[in-house]
Amino acid sequence: MPRRAWVVAGATVLVALRALALDTSVLPDPALQARYVALTHELRCMQCQNESIADSPVDLAADLRQQVREQLLAGKSDEEIRSWMAARYGEFILFRPRYSWRNAWLWGAPAALLVLGALISWRVVRQRTALLAEDQEPLEEDSAS
Amino acid sequence: MNRFLVPLGLFVLLAVVLGIGIRHAPEKGIIASPLLGKPAPEFALPALADPTRTVRSQELRGRWYLLNVWGTWCAECRAEHAMLLRVKQAGLVPLIGLDWKDDEQQAQAWLSQLGNPYETVIVDRSGRAAIDWGVYGAPETFLVSPAGVVVYKHVGALTEDTWAREILPRVQGNKS
Repeated sequence: MPRRAWVVAGATVLVALRALALDTSVLPDPALQARYVALTHELRCMQCQNESIADSPVDLAADLRQQVREQLLAGKSDEEIRSWMAARYGEFILFRPRYSWRNAWLWGAPAALLVLGALISWRVVRQRTALLAEDQEPLEEDSAS
Repeated sequence: MNRFLVPLGLFVLLAVVLGIGIRHAPEKGIIASPLLGKPAPEFALPALADPTRTVRSQELRGRWYLLNVWGTWCAECRAEHAMLLRVKQAGLVPLIGLDWKDDEQQAQAWLSQLGNPYETVIVDRSGRAAIDWGVYGAPETFLVSPAGVVVYKHVGALTEDTWAREILPRVQGNKS
């Protein structure tokens, strides 16, 4: 009997947690649902700024989730939905910034630094090797004697 | 000597990059609107005073107006109200109120209690129009030109300073 009580209690807690979840919406198609979950996790809640609209309890986040849901059901692509959001709230709403000429230097900087580092280490190695070779050459006094 | 030149150069470069970053940092988390310089979003929403009347964005063309997003649930809007009444009194640019996700009766009561600074109040119950305007927190105020272009956005309660520095000069044609 106590064991059964535990199971019932556990199930009750689980059901209650589900009710507490922010976003209980389920789209009819599992593929759409997966895209919905992915999109709502990569759009910023503009009010709380460090949360995604999937995690935020504020009204505006709920409204934006509603937009994502409706646009997915209307057959919009992920990129169309991202652009729609960015046109209203700016690129800031996208947690994953898009490639553009304006931020090209940011994406290119690590590669440029890597090349720079390789060049510097190549020069250092070459200089040291030259020093080593010099070291092994017999001194002039030695050869004179 | 030469040994220090490269690190020094790198340090100066880093200082310049960080300096630019600090200078361009958004002040207090305020996000620049992508709407600036673009046509104002279109809308067709019921008027608060008469829900059977639909106000369309096209009707507002041909003159300057301020679109002020507010709601009775918004504490900052109450603080802003006196400033809005002064804007109305100045009579230089009409205020269009966007009552955002609000209870219409409470909104009516708010206006009869505190005074109505708006020429027209439109009701956005679902919050869809506000999303089109990129609104993320009330109060927000947009200045729209006679050509229907959003030329300025203010986030937070409207202040005398913003009015004198950003809004008035544009309405009077002294600033673009």
